[in-house]
Formats: sequence, C-alpha cells, structure tokens
Amino acid sequence: MNTANEPRKVEVPARPARPRGLLLTHWSAELRILLVAMLLAAYFEFANRDFLLTNASLVNLSQFVAPVAIIAFGEIMLMIGGDIDLSVGMVFAFAPFMMVFANDAGAPMWLALVAGLVAAALVGFVNGAVTVWLRLPSFVTTLGTLFLINGITLTVSRGTPVETPGSTAFANAMGAWGYSEILWTAGLAFVMHVLLRHTRWGLHTQAAGANPLGASEAGIHVNRLRLGNFIIAAILAGLTGILEGFRITSIDPQAGGNQITFLAIAAAVIGGTPLTGGSGTIIGGLIGAAVLGILNDGFTLIGINAFMFNIILGAAILAAMVFNIHVGRIGRKGGR
Amino acid sequence: MAEPQSGTGTRADAASAANAAPLAMRGDQLVKRFGAVTALDGVSFTLGPGEILGILGDNGAGKSTLVKILTGFHQQTDGTLYVNGEETLLRSVDHARSLGIECVYQDLALANSLSIYHNMFLNREIVRRGPFRLLDHAKMRERAAQCLDDIGVHVPSVDLPVERLSGGQRQAIAVARAVNSDARILLLDEPLAAMGAREAALIIDLVLRLKEKGGLSIIMIMHNYAQTLDIADRIMLMQRGRVTFEQNSAQTSVPELMDIVRREYRAMRGNGTH
Repeated sequence: MNTANEPRKVEVPARPARPRGLLLTHWSAELRILLVAMLLAAYFEFANRDFLLTNASLVNLSQFVAPVAIIAFGEIMLMIGGDIDLSVGMVFAFAPFMMVFANDAGAPMWLALVAGLVAAALVGFVNGAVTVWLRLPSFVTTLGTLFLINGITLTVSRGTPVETPGSTAFANAMGAWGYSEILWTAGLAFVMHVLLRHTRWGLHTQAAGANPLGASEAGIHVNRLRLGNFIIAAILAGLTGILEGFRITSIDPQAGGNQITFLAIAAAVIGGTPLTGGSGTIIGGLIGAAVLGILNDGFTLIGINAFMFNIILGAAILAAMVFNIHVGRIGRKGGR
Repeated sequence: MAEPQSGTGTRADAASAANAAPLAMRGDQLVKRFGAVTALDGVSFTLGPGEILGILGDNGAGKSTLVKILTGFHQQTDGTLYVNGEETLLRSVDHARSLGIECVYQDLALANSLSIYHNMFLNREIVRRGPFRLLDHAKMRERAAQCLDDIGVHVPSVDLPVERLSGGQRQAIAVARAVNSDARILLLDEPLAAMGAREAALIIDLVLRLKEKGGLSIIMIMHNYAQTLDIADRIMLMQRGRVTFEQNSAQTSVPELMDIVRREYRAMRGNGTH
C-alpha cells in the first residue's frame, strides 16, 4: 500500500506532436482553403486571360466578395457559439431604409448611418433575446424574424426603391467607390479576427460553443455572449446593406434576401467553420467568400451560365463539410 | 523516502492542527431536503489542513449533494458549515471560489476545441494593459506550462487542443486548472470514474504530489474502496444521507468497509420485507 503512495513519475504516453511548425498548425484550416482559392484563381486566369489582372474584373470580384464576407464574419461568431442567424439578408434591406428615414427626418448623414445600424442592432437584440431568454432554437427565432423584418421593410418602403441620400464623398466612403467595400471588408476582417482570437469575448464564445455547461460552471456568462453575437451579426448585415445601397446608388427593399444569407453561411462553412460550434475562423470565412467570388466571376467570364454556379457551389459546400468532419478529424487525431 | 512516517505524520498533524490551526472545513449536522426528499440527513465531517478525505458511498447516498453544498451550488436546509474555522454560508459558486474552494466536476468543464493553456485560464485570462484588453497568449502559455511542470503533468505542448488528450490527461488538466487558481480546498468529484488502471495511477500520483506540495486540503468523492484507502488519509462512508463510518485509512481495510456496507444492505432488505 505504501509503495503505491510513493509518487511515481508516470509519463503519459503522449501522442507525439506533429513535426510541423506552430504557424502551420495554427493556420492549417485557413491555408487549406487559401490553396483552393489560389488554384481556382490560377485556373480561371489560365482559361481566361483577363480574369484577375484587370482593374474591372478586380473591382467586380471584390464587390461580390465584400458583402458575402462581411455578413459571414457575423455568422461565424454565431456559429462558433452554436447559433445561426437566418434573418441577416432581411436586415440587409431593413437597415438602409432606417438610415434614409432618419436622414429624411433631418438627421445629418453620419447620424442617419448610426440610426440605421442601431435599427439593425435592435433586430439582433430581438433575435438574441428570444433565443436566449425564451429558449427557442436560433434557427426558429431567426426564421420568424426573417419574414417579420422582410414584411416590415416592404411595408415601410411601400415596396419601392429610393435613391441614396448624402454627398458624393460620403457615398464614396460608404461603398460607391470601386474599392471602398473591399477596404471595409479588410478592416472588419482584422477587427473581427482580433475579437475572436485575442479577446476574452472571442475565447469565451468558443468555450461556450464547445461546452455550454462547462463554460457556465467556469463562470462565463454564456447568454450574454450569445446575445451580443446576435447584435454583432445584425449590425454587420445592416452595414453591408448600406454599403451595397451606396454602391448601386439605390436602396431596394428586395435587396439582399436569402441568397446573401446562404452565400455568407456557405462562405463560413467552406472557410472551415462547422455548424457544430466551438471552433471557427474569420480569415477562413474571408477566403471562403473569395472562393465563391472566384467561382462566380470565373464561370461568368468563361461563359458558363449561372445554373452551373449553383451546382458547383452545392458540391463545394458538401465537399467542405465532409472534409471538415471526416478528413479533418482523422488528420487531427492521427488516425486513432 | 520514509513513506509510512510521512503518512502517519500528516494524520498526527491534522489531529493536532484541530487545536492549533483551524480546520480547512467542518460541517455540523448538515441537512438538505429537496421537497419531500431528504438527501442529507445530518452529516458532520471535518477536513484538516493538508488532509485528503475520501468519501465513499453508493448512488443516492448524498455524496453529490454534499459536494454541491461545499461548492456553494446548493445551500443546506439546516446545519452549519465552517470554512477555515469561521461559520460560513456559501451563497454561490463564486462565493465559495472567493474563499479558495475549487471543484473539479465529473464532466471536467473543459472546452475541447480550445488549447490546454486556454482551458487552464478559462475565465481567468491574463490580458495586456491597454484599452482593448487583448489576451496575453505568451504569458498564459508560459504560466500554464510552468504550472503543469510544477505538479508533474507532462503534455507535449500547451497549445494542443484538449480534445487530443486522453481521459486521464484531461482530468489532470482540469485539476491543474483548479490548483492554478490558488485553491486551498479542492473537491474532486469521481476523479477516477471510467478510467483505466494506468490513467487512474496518473491521477492518484498527481493528487499525492499536490498533497506533498502542501497548502491544499482535498475531498475526493470515490467509488473504488481499494483506491480510496490507498490515497486518502481518512475515509468517510455515506449511506442514505448519513455518515455511517469514519476512520483513518491505515486503521481500516477493504473487507471491513465491505462488511459495513453489507450489513446496511441486509438491514435495508429486512426493512423492505416488513
């Protein structure tokens, strides 16, 4: 009995760490999808000489990628925490109208912009509050607000588009200039990446998604995080709607919609954020959006019709998920 | 080293400390009722400074309820609890924690997709100065490695996600996290449940090393009699919400414990037939 009490140095037969650099391990998910993006870009560049390296096609590409990516950033935060927001495409159309109404009521443009974003935040708050406090699955909550917000937008706008208000300079900064949207995207990608990886908020979101009970036992306020992430996702969706409005110089009650919602979710999934919660990557989502943009523009330029794009997109989502769930796991666990 | 002496020495210390230094914890006639169900029916116990107390008992004996009172999750219906010699009603888990009481639950409360060092600092992260309060990954990584090294837990890298560790290693990380937060009283809820012999040995060694380092009193909820006698200074047997037996580990044996349990069991069956 006493010999058993003597502390032995029991070395855990640890599975040896992979002999690869920290940088590679940390970024492996992002690097995989980046490789796919680069291969696709190279293929389309080869098949069609002016795919990437002309100003027009770069502007075109960036304007496809930007809205998908920005909405994906919010969706990724939610998906890591174990939630999803189906209403973002409708908030996309709702927020610009609130901005226009605020401007019509006499608010200067900057204040009107803030009003539009606050309106979006309110929708996010409702999504979060109903999900967290009334304990509805977020899928159901946001399915409800999807129709609700769409109806409100159509009603208050009487179903007709309006011109974007404000000065040219303001419009240029907010999306009208060819590269302004992609600059917004880059800036937001940086901010959201820092939020996810380098703040307690982001870390706790990951912990809450991985183990909600455990996270609350550790004293993390899981509900507060989820609510906050709904608000973040809605604000990003509202901002995207405003940027897109200024780009096309018209605010349309039919803009955005379910197409942009599901493209954003697709970008998140292809980029390496599974719906299972607990893990995800902002940079991956950005590259995922780029992959969708490259596919879309590439097929357009080489003359394959839009139907083909959906076939490829569908296959890409399935392949990405199968890879994430099966191949990725085998890789991580060393074939255990 | 002279293990037997150190073992009895600790027990002697614990006994004399009852007069000198205050007990780490003492429960006096603790009662907990949930509606009509009496989960704890007047449980009294002591936990000396630096002592390991093993609590044994079947399912429904009240072990978990006792742990939940000691962690501030539940409050006792009746009876008094003393922490470090002072009468204390543990209002909440946070309150218990502020007094240095940490618990490692059976589910471990680890976030599997996060790295070892993130888990060890979960909700106690080190942040850098500045308005954005960014996480100081380097410092957490270093401290986590240091802490694991101190208590003799070996992992290839603190950057590994917890999901890549074995059950025993994960238990060790959960214990390390509790210790890392300056726990003075550590509650381990079934730390060896569903664990192979080799993994169990790892955790037993870890607990003994923590004891040697000093400054920590430990309560272990256990199932296995032999393992409990091996590791605990004193054992307490709980049955149907009461303490039915209490003894220093050196002065009892597995057969004796089995006998007591069997007697209780027979008595219950006898009652049942009436």
